[in-house]
Amino acid sequence: MTKTQKYMKINGEQVPFTNEKNILSVVRKVGIDLPTLCYYSELSVYGSCRMCMVEDQKGNIITSCSTPPKNGMEIRTNTPRLKQYRKTILRLYLASHSRECTTCPKNTSCKLQDLAIRYGIDEIKFDKTEKAYKNDYKIDHSSTSITRNPNKCIQCGDCVRMCNETQNVGAIDFALRGYELKVCPAFDMPLAETECVNCGQCAAVCPTGAITVKDDVPAIWKAIFDDKKRVVAQVAPAVRVALGEEFGLGDGENVMPRIVAAMRKLGFDEVYDSSFTADLTVIEETNEFLNKLEKGEKLPLFTSCCPAWVKYAEEKHPELMSQVSTCKSPQQMFGSLIKAYDKERNEKDGKETVVVSIMPCTAKKAEASREEFVTGGTHDVDMVLTTNGLADMIYESGIVFKELEPEALDMPFGMYTGAGLLFGVTGGVTEAVIRKVIKDKSHTNINNIKFCGVRGMEGIKEFELPLEDGETILKIAVVSGLGNVEKLIEKMNAGEAFYHFIEVMACPGGCVGGAGQPFGLMDKKKLRADMLYASDKQTQMRHSDENPILPELYNGVLKGRTHELLHVHYPTHE
Amino acid sequence: MKIIIGQGSCGIASGAKKTEAEFKRLLKEKKLDAAVTIAGCIGSCYLEPIVDIINDDGSASRYVHMTADKVEAVVNKHIIGKIPVTKYLISEAGSAFLTKQTRIALKNCGEINPEDINDYITAGGYQALKKALFEMNGDAICREIEKAGLRGRGGGGFPTGKKWVQVRSQQEPVKYVVCNGDEGDPGAFMDRSVMEGDPHKMLEGMIIAGIATGAQVGYIYVRAEYPLAVHRLQIAIAQAEESGYLGENILDSGFSFSIRINLGAGAFVCGEGSALTASIEGLRGMPRVKPPRTVEQGLFGKPTVLNNVETFAHVSYIITHGAEGYRKIGIEKSPGTKAFALTGNVNNTGLIEVPMGTTLRTVIFEIGGGVKNGKGFKAVQIGGPSGGCLTEKHLDMSLDFDSLSKAGAMIGSGGLVVMDEDTCMVGIAKYFMNFTEHESCGKCVPCREGTHVMNGILDDIVNGRGDMGQIDMLMELADTITNTALCGLGKTAASPVVSTINEFKEEYIAHVVDKYCPNGSCKGLKRVEIIEELCKGCAKCQVVCPVNAITGKRKEPYKIDWAKCIKCGLCLDSCNFSAIVEK
Repeated sequence: MTKTQKYMKINGEQVPFTNEKNILSVVRKVGIDLPTLCYYSELSVYGSCRMCMVEDQKGNIITSCSTPPKNGMEIRTNTPRLKQYRKTILRLYLASHSRECTTCPKNTSCKLQDLAIRYGIDEIKFDKTEKAYKNDYKIDHSSTSITRNPNKCIQCGDCVRMCNETQNVGAIDFALRGYELKVCPAFDMPLAETECVNCGQCAAVCPTGAITVKDDVPAIWKAIFDDKKRVVAQVAPAVRVALGEEFGLGDGENVMPRIVAAMRKLGFDEVYDSSFTADLTVIEETNEFLNKLEKGEKLPLFTSCCPAWVKYAEEKHPELMSQVSTCKSPQQMFGSLIKAYDKERNEKDGKETVVVSIMPCTAKKAEASREEFVTGGTHDVDMVLTTNGLADMIYESGIVFKELEPEALDMPFGMYTGAGLLFGVTGGVTEAVIRKVIKDKSHTNINNIKFCGVRGMEGIKEFELPLEDGETILKIAVVSGLGNVEKLIEKMNAGEAFYHFIEVMACPGGCVGGAGQPFGLMDKKKLRADMLYASDKQTQMRHSDENPILPELYNGVLKGRTHELLHVHYPTHE
Repeated sequence: MKIIIGQGSCGIASGAKKTEAEFKRLLKEKKLDAAVTIAGCIGSCYLEPIVDIINDDGSASRYVHMTADKVEAVVNKHIIGKIPVTKYLISEAGSAFLTKQTRIALKNCGEINPEDINDYITAGGYQALKKALFEMNGDAICREIEKAGLRGRGGGGFPTGKKWVQVRSQQEPVKYVVCNGDEGDPGAFMDRSVMEGDPHKMLEGMIIAGIATGAQVGYIYVRAEYPLAVHRLQIAIAQAEESGYLGENILDSGFSFSIRINLGAGAFVCGEGSALTASIEGLRGMPRVKPPRTVEQGLFGKPTVLNNVETFAHVSYIITHGAEGYRKIGIEKSPGTKAFALTGNVNNTGLIEVPMGTTLRTVIFEIGGGVKNGKGFKAVQIGGPSGGCLTEKHLDMSLDFDSLSKAGAMIGSGGLVVMDEDTCMVGIAKYFMNFTEHESCGKCVPCREGTHVMNGILDDIVNGRGDMGQIDMLMELADTITNTALCGLGKTAASPVVSTINEFKEEYIAHVVDKYCPNGSCKGLKRVEIIEELCKGCAKCQVVCPVNAITGKRKEPYKIDWAKCIKCGLCLDSCNFSAIVEK
């Protein structure tokens, strides 16, 4: 370590560095928050905003994001010139930016607004010419998950790099050039008509309000205030380890009991847990897998919980759709199950069950609106709200989240095992399936599964799992980030790899990193994942077969209807 | 007897194809024995079409402005009668345009048939390649280029030898040589001329660069607006391959090199190295941040030598004549020659090549024949939209990389636009800023938004909406853009504005304070006036005015409300008494 230790001078102070990839990281390490609008450490370096520039000893202006640190280098981060340039650049941004800040969904969380405040921009100056920018781009509302407002786009390209590099989707890119440059789908088509998989990661990294997640809060309020509606909510596993961040609680803290309390106060009639239907998914999917394995059908079996992955497979790899599990996702299982379950009740009290999902995810909105999930004219899941959307409702209603007393979930669908809880993190579905597959279900044996390679935030995890029959060795892969699944598929197509089972989650890190969550980089996602694992460890029931409600259901509402209620056939499945 | 018809794009545009057809028709009709062949552009674009007749004794006669209608006279008198038609021959001044030059890159242009490799070989072509292959090695070639002090002719003036050494030293088996033929500066066309007139010289330079750096594949990036250049390059590549100068195992040396052509869609920014390589790779032509530099990770992420056409056209000369021979031309820090495209208000427009260090005065007044129509010289814009303007006081300055950058201009690709005393410098700045605004790729905000705002301000100024504060604003923006833009296009985008404000601030002040264009060329500042004495009060102008800016009583002089007037000019045309004038 000492051998590679190098030094540079930052504002006259000697600062050691080792293998930081750029000056920016070294500067931030010493507690100076250099401004950036186009830099994410998890995306490739783009260098378009120029805000992170520093001045070297010769008076050269260099962008710290794209310049590696050199031994003996001297830089300053705050000189009169730099201040002037940053201000001018911010003014240029603002001159071509819609300034409807007060009504913007990103108001107070917009990076551009934040920097304008930090640099005291009290006058824009450059917006007075006759040719100055007019706020006249059409807003694209077509997608069920996200809204694109090009008037607020600063062309930083974060979304483009996310969509193309990390997710390999390529639904959006730059078009035109110069001041006409804009980010849009090919031929400026409505986003809903493109290969967009609704993962929403573009919105997650958008520094302004140019791409935002859609949350139809007013519609949910309307249902809540309607006496004829029984508003039944399901809360996904990943939500509970992220919402607390929004209210100043510790990063990754499991705030599920407070969420239940808040939702009751908001007026939800019943609050359940998607971890419950996750348990159902484990049973159904494991059976499907073992059945295929036994019959020697074509493997791998791909998981189907992630709707962004399903859409990706439909768009880019229809040939693989027959290998995607027919299990509905836990969200959709919950919707069809609860509506079947409530049929009798509704007939009795004349109410109508409305299912609201609280999800870390934007693709869940698109999933809920698919026609495969419409029964008798109504959607199995009526409305989907993101973690951030739930926070908005809590803020709006004046509930002080921090001060809420914990409350327990409603029964019976508030019952879940630790296995169901794991669905919120990459590898979780696989680990839950392994728990069902192994015969020795002692706590020690279940705890030891984590050593097989299923855990961790890496984008691709591959490992082997010897079955207890002493013969079969399962080859398993777990991927998060759609770009990674593409790498795996290429490997398989090239004959370099074979797997029995592949879990795919579209968002890097799994659902804890969903686009509906408060924004966080991988370190934050890892904290959330750690908390889910910790919560799993605290549960009494660790594998899905232990869920006591399930036998009751299989003998009751699910009897003879498992296929109808728990499985789906997408047109592309054939 | 041999008839050579200049057929660069300029010659063809002036009717050279028709001239050629007419020669062929008459030769056939009169059963005459004379070979008709073509050549590229000799540089004297203002004299096109140019026809050279090589007499049997080897002497030559050069005919200028040889349109098809003059062919019959030449055939009858010169081809049959052996007496040149004096009135069509090039004048002494026309010949002087050429004799005052020193040509390396353009040496064969206009002399040899670019579509016949044998012409190039006869003119000494591919000798340098043979020397490089059999008498030198990569190190020796790099050393020679370094010693010669060759600097990139594309604009930056980066030492070519240094670049080659850097690529040579990369530990990577796959390397590329890329030739930048994306000549995008308005008013520059020397690269086109080389590609059209002497394509083999450039190919030879590229192959030698391949030997020097260890690359085996070359790409030529040519803009699609140069179809003739592309056509001739294709022919040249095919002929070079056939003759064993290109392809597998060149001249049995064991060295292989292939060249591919890539067409650009005409984006100015694709002349920037990383945007150019991105474009070849099929990506958006956008520059990327450096490091890594192109020499480390260029095309397809591999070490890449990127030079422009003119630079490659100097290589064979250096190899043949040695660094010392090359250094005899030009000056210490900028050896060799430089081609300039002379355009604007100058008598002799065209391409010239002079030793580095030649003064602007020599170029404009001796070679260029001075300012057109006897008008006074005002300024010259050098280096296109990235350069600056030089004035009277710079006339005796040496034209080389360093002197120009000291004067706030740059050689750029070598466009020289001469402006006479009637030129509005604000209008010139606006013209170039408009160009850069539209050619900005849009990636980095200073360039994307900055050029847009600067052009908006200039638009306000030339239309009478400007104020003094806007001049300061232009300088503030220029400072920010110059220092913070991502690539060379942005960093130099403001140069025309800065240099015109520095040199001609009084013109800007006239525009913003007096709302008056001293040169009368800003349409937006023109006023339409009715001369009272001439107006008969017929009301015709009032009827045609689309914005009701003209009012008055019949049979009395009418008046124009300038606040309402949109300067459409309809009233001017409508007046039967010439009582309405534009001032």
